[in-house]
Amino acid sequence: MSTAAITPDLIAQHQLTPQEYEKIVSILGREPSYTELGIFSVMWSEHCSYKSSRLHLKKLPTRGKLVVQGPGENAGIIDIGDGYVIAFKIESHNHPSFIEPFQGAATGVGGILRDIFTMGARPIAVMDSLRFGSLDDPHNGARNRRILSGVVSGIAHYGNCFGVPTVGGETVFESCYDGNPLVNVFALGVCRKDDVFYAKAAGVGNPVIYVGARTGRDGIHGASMASAEFTEESKQKRPNVQVGDPFLEKLLLEACLEAMQTGAIVGIQDMGAAGLTCSTCEMGSRGEVGVEIELDRVPQRETGMTPYEIMLSESQERMLLVADKGREEEVFRVFRKWGLDAVEIGVVTGDGKLRVKQHGETVAEIPNRELADEAPLYDRPHTQPLRRVPMRGPALPEPNVQSALPALVASGDLCSKRWIWQQYDYLVRSNTLAGPGADAAIIRIKETGTSVAMSLDGNGRYSYLSPREGAMLAVAESCRNLSTVGARPVAATNCLNFGNPERPEIMAQLVEAIEGMGEACRFFDTPITGGNVSLYNETLGEGIYPTPVVGIVGLLKTAAPTGIAFRNAGRSLVLLGGLGVCDEIRFGGTQYAKVILKQLWGLPPALDVDREKRVQDAIREIVNEGLAESAHDLSDGGLAVAAAECAFSSGTIGARLDLDSDLRPDLLLFHEGPSRILLSTAQPEKIAEVARRHGVEALSIGVTIEKAVEIWQRGKLLGKWEVTELKTRYDQVLESHVR
Amino acid sequence: MTFGVIVFPGSNRDHDAVYAVSNVLQQKVELIWHDSASLGSVDAVILPGGFSYGDYLRCGAIAKFSPVMSAVKKFAADGGLVLGICNGFQILVEAGLLPGALIRNRSLQFVCREVELRPGTTDSPFTCAAKRDRTYRVPIAHGEGCYFADERTLDELEAEDRVAFRYVQNPNGSLRDIAGILNRERNVMGMMPHPEDATEPLMGSCDGLVVFESMIAAAVRA
Repeated sequence: MSTAAITPDLIAQHQLTPQEYEKIVSILGREPSYTELGIFSVMWSEHCSYKSSRLHLKKLPTRGKLVVQGPGENAGIIDIGDGYVIAFKIESHNHPSFIEPFQGAATGVGGILRDIFTMGARPIAVMDSLRFGSLDDPHNGARNRRILSGVVSGIAHYGNCFGVPTVGGETVFESCYDGNPLVNVFALGVCRKDDVFYAKAAGVGNPVIYVGARTGRDGIHGASMASAEFTEESKQKRPNVQVGDPFLEKLLLEACLEAMQTGAIVGIQDMGAAGLTCSTCEMGSRGEVGVEIELDRVPQRETGMTPYEIMLSESQERMLLVADKGREEEVFRVFRKWGLDAVEIGVVTGDGKLRVKQHGETVAEIPNRELADEAPLYDRPHTQPLRRVPMRGPALPEPNVQSALPALVASGDLCSKRWIWQQYDYLVRSNTLAGPGADAAIIRIKETGTSVAMSLDGNGRYSYLSPREGAMLAVAESCRNLSTVGARPVAATNCLNFGNPERPEIMAQLVEAIEGMGEACRFFDTPITGGNVSLYNETLGEGIYPTPVVGIVGLLKTAAPTGIAFRNAGRSLVLLGGLGVCDEIRFGGTQYAKVILKQLWGLPPALDVDREKRVQDAIREIVNEGLAESAHDLSDGGLAVAAAECAFSSGTIGARLDLDSDLRPDLLLFHEGPSRILLSTAQPEKIAEVARRHGVEALSIGVTIEKAVEIWQRGKLLGKWEVTELKTRYDQVLESHVR
Repeated sequence: MTFGVIVFPGSNRDHDAVYAVSNVLQQKVELIWHDSASLGSVDAVILPGGFSYGDYLRCGAIAKFSPVMSAVKKFAADGGLVLGICNGFQILVEAGLLPGALIRNRSLQFVCREVELRPGTTDSPFTCAAKRDRTYRVPIAHGEGCYFADERTLDELEAEDRVAFRYVQNPNGSLRDIAGILNRERNVMGMMPHPEDATEPLMGSCDGLVVFESMIAAAVRA
């Protein structure tokens, strides 16, 4: 074994604590070699082991009658009926995307796609939840624009070439993401229920086969990088970022799915974070077997690579599989057809150990289970969630609705994201019934007559004000988005983006957000089937807002979607759920507070989950019965912005709102109270009847009209705008920033 | 009628083409692998969208050397119908079956959206079912779709009535708004927009059917 001396410095460089090192020594019964130290350091990194969050993640609901596979595999799996299942998951690629935006985001897409097809499912949709620093920041604006452009073209480059439609997501700008952009990528695939594969090694004596790209020195210690805060030196970590090749991934997809059909594959896992290390020990651990590999047989792109480098490389587009002994040739034949390397590099053994050899000599020998599943587990101290804003806001100035709405629709979070999504192929495979710009994306499953709706949601401002309520609101909104397109929410995946968990006030944010998310997912019956935790999102000690993002999927019968666009003038406008309630404290997290008042205070909007559920039951029935011509849920920006968005989507039809309320106009029009949906309809009585049956208010608030948006409150005109003029601002602002 | 859809390793709209032709139009379809030296007994060939061999060098620059392209050239020379969509158009141009080049969009960005097309001619097996007085809504999805050729070639295309489709609003900087062209013999057409992705009400438009219906009508006449 390697004789490099293990010094306290070396241990610290590997981000292992002295106690963790002691545990390694006790597992091995000896000092580790340098290679073994590297292997432990990546497997026990925060990114791979969830050592700070695992204890709390157990509080999330993971079971349900449609759940075929919950957390612990490469992706969660849900039964969608007719013999088919969907596999889906969300992952973050935050740290690499800051260091190298294009490749960071591209390989983020590549990694999550492999997680899906390693389970036997063909990816049919991708969505992205993105957060950047402000584009017009005087100091960091140029860098933030460069990161935005790089991330978007990286996602486009990878997804477009691979041939998966990128159908939606969210983009938010906030200065807390200046040094820590968030790139969360969600992917979803479909396969026959009988064709699901698991990442489990089995059958002593079976060959372990390496397929796909050759191993190089790229990405070494990527997982550890993702588990530390950024400092001034972080830019030197650029070589830790991997480089993606979407064409190779496409070949890998087709070859893997075809090879799976031979019946000769026992188990398969992609090499993502921690590469060969993670795939070998996790497959071994899940199957309660050992795995022995010979590094000389691993296809290598560079010469002279050490065992340490080969085991820790995060070169992309690689897979590890276990085949039935004697049937290797059937597997090799498929990979040859697709022009890919497929090499037998080892064998499944009965001793439960990961044994790594080079030139016939053992360079690492570690028990799989201890390495993969018995990473240290921390109950990190948590106090009160960090929050540096007051509960009471400023005295609200007299509102100017006429100027506020144009300012809001031209603000970073609310403006059209067309410049982004137009760079994505959102149509390939011809299944996209609703794509970017819809409340939820809808992808039909051609084989079954069922469609899958999906939505990504999160709100860092809400979560900063109250991590628990913010997480609950994200779940409620995601479910509402699905219900608004007529889908029944069935399962969720989550991506938890937080700062440094070693700070008790940050750990408190994480704990409360997980508890809130768990409570809401339990209530809405959307078990979490997997996800990702991204911690240490801090640069120079400044953390991001706690940003729990949830991706929820729903099911519906395949049919033409209702959409958010007003379709005809002269239709009744109905606000399902009513005008809602809001006081000044609950107004502090809104877009109005951010854009117009440039402040943050108080608490997020109040959520009444029972009412939310009733509203969602009602809207599903309304949409599925075809009673509405358009339906759009109210979220960021509140009622006025929602009405404007329906008009923008139509292009010509606007609205006249006549509101009867005592609320101040700013609160009335821009509060973000949940559980509300704006409908246009030719059948208001039928909608009222459905609403009554569900115990939900269906308030008539006006009519659709040609060319303009007008808002009146008790006979007083608050504002009036030409649709085309307002829409031009909405459409062009993002593009004008990035050009 | 039997359509052959060529599958390069990086083709990704092959499924879309197959679905449109078989499920929507109820025609027979055969997939033809890129290293086949023969096309079998198909009546028409579709080169689908995608990234043939990754297209890192130049779109279609490697595909033109693939074994199947020799077969496609022979098929075209014998008068067979060849339709190249998006990447397929790029490959036909690289292979010399159509004139000009497809260069990066003027925006330098990939662009995916619906566009309106106007038929440039109805005198072709790909547009004979089209009406000149209306427009067709079909999506585009490409990064290198800006049609480029020298003035003489462009004049020749127009003089010989070989512009199959034009953009109503040019999305990529194509010269003379060209979205699709024909070869001199009029049995080979390349177009950047995706008619296969506009063949059902659920796709938001059925206007792409006109291309396939034209081909079927032309094949019946032949």
